[in-house]
Amino acid sequence: MKNKSWKPWILLSPSLAAVFFLLVVPVCFVIVYSFWLRAPSGADIPAFQFGNYAKFFEDFFYPSILLTTLRVALETVFLCLIMGYIPAYFFYKTESKFKPFLMIIVMLPFWISFIIRTLSWINILGDSGLINHVLMKIGFIQEPLAMLYNEGAVIMGLLQYLLPFMILNIYVSLDGIDKSLAEAAKSLGCTEWQAFREVTMPLSLPGVSAGCLLVFVLTCGTYLPPMILGGPGNEMIANLIFKRVIGTLDWPFGSAISAILLILLATIVYTYNRYMGISQIFKTLSNE
Amino acid sequence: MKKIISGWSLIKIFTLLVYIWMFAPIVAVVILAFNPQQFGSFPMEGFSFKWFVKLSHNSTILDAFKNSLVLGSFTAIFATAIGVPAAMAFIRYEFRGKDFINTLLLAPIMIPEVILGVALLLFIRWLQQPKSFALLLIGHVVLTLPYVLLIVQARLVGIKKEYEEAALSLGASPFQTFREITFPLLAPAIFAGMLFAFTISFDDVTATLFWATAQNQTVPVKIFGMLRNSISPEINALGAVMIVLTVSTPLLAGYISRKFAKGPGK
Repeated sequence: MKNKSWKPWILLSPSLAAVFFLLVVPVCFVIVYSFWLRAPSGADIPAFQFGNYAKFFEDFFYPSILLTTLRVALETVFLCLIMGYIPAYFFYKTESKFKPFLMIIVMLPFWISFIIRTLSWINILGDSGLINHVLMKIGFIQEPLAMLYNEGAVIMGLLQYLLPFMILNIYVSLDGIDKSLAEAAKSLGCTEWQAFREVTMPLSLPGVSAGCLLVFVLTCGTYLPPMILGGPGNEMIANLIFKRVIGTLDWPFGSAISAILLILLATIVYTYNRYMGISQIFKTLSNE
Repeated sequence: MKKIISGWSLIKIFTLLVYIWMFAPIVAVVILAFNPQQFGSFPMEGFSFKWFVKLSHNSTILDAFKNSLVLGSFTAIFATAIGVPAAMAFIRYEFRGKDFINTLLLAPIMIPEVILGVALLLFIRWLQQPKSFALLLIGHVVLTLPYVLLIVQARLVGIKKEYEEAALSLGASPFQTFREITFPLLAPAIFAGMLFAFTISFDDVTATLFWATAQNQTVPVKIFGMLRNSISPEINALGAVMIVLTVSTPLLAGYISRKFAKGPGK
């Protein structure tokens, strides 16, 4: 059997090489780069100094963008949870023959272009969008309501992008729960609500927490919704990174911001993995 | 009893509202694409194909479409070519550090695209290589590899090892076994993985914005550039085309692969 031990490594080597050279090494390189000195002309100077990090925490401007990012992420997680749990519970409970069809429909947005989905909100929330058009037509308002280019619009875009992930994670967890458990609780005198609260809901928590983590991490790295649906005050950390790296070509500082985001997310994912196990997320995603 | 029914109908109504909320903007894009008005917004003033016609004469968008198609196809081929053997290794073999390596290969899902974008760009620049099509391609392969792995692994778990062992014990070489037994059984998953890789590549904006040059812009990057001015009806028309394409592809593929999986004569 010993001669077999090298076989999986041959099969793995192309993928491992790709991820190592195109992901691990470059990400480590970003961390190294974050200590370098910026040279306004020509190549940046290799160094080991914390100036780029000091610059980030120098005044309140940059940390406030980080705080905005975290706040938006928490708000998105919260809304996603409410908007995701109820449909997932519906799928779990329903005996409709349309269930497979309804589930395919929920997954459809995965296939629809992200940028189209994001910008489609302009047609709904804009000054001449659907909501303002209808409200003005029925005479409810005279002037269009300003619903675009604020944090609410950004969260709308994020929710639409992330809700399928949340629904899927919760549904997979619910689907693994034996329905007779809740029935047993009810036959012992629980009400429907009590049976849900005491039996079904606690058993669905792995899916809930996996969904929350995924939504949180994906929101923290989001670039497009704040760019398209947000105003100047709704910048998030990814927008800042893009501006520094592509806009002002300040690569050492851009690297430092990337490193801060990376360390923050790694801490969260690591803590989560320690207590919950990360495999739940991958299990759900492969179910698709 | 009455209370339970009303609770359940509240859940139904809420679910329906979520559906409406999720699809109203998408439907609006498709409807507005037919609005002949100069501004891509409500109210509708008639029905016309003029923005689609205008779109079909827009050579920069057609170029972007071509770029996206080529990039997506190559990404799908490379990602499955390296992803399928890796999935085989995870499902068919036991080895040390399996969980760690599995997590490592799936990591691109959890790492923000912005960071992937910056990292690969800076690294390539440090190696003094220019931005090129190759950069986009390798970047997209890394982005899509985890999804291919997940899909193929999930399918491979369901294929009994005994089939392969039977072929091997009857004298087939490992490669023959793969070609004659494993591959045909795995084909729907490989196909699904390729399709998924293609879609993700076709759809990607954030990382692509870091890697693309003016010459190899993809459709979403092009749309992003057009948006800087304002939302024109042409964007709605382009959106409608992309929605119809991206929605019909997986549905069609699902249908074909089901037919394919059943095989002729069944």
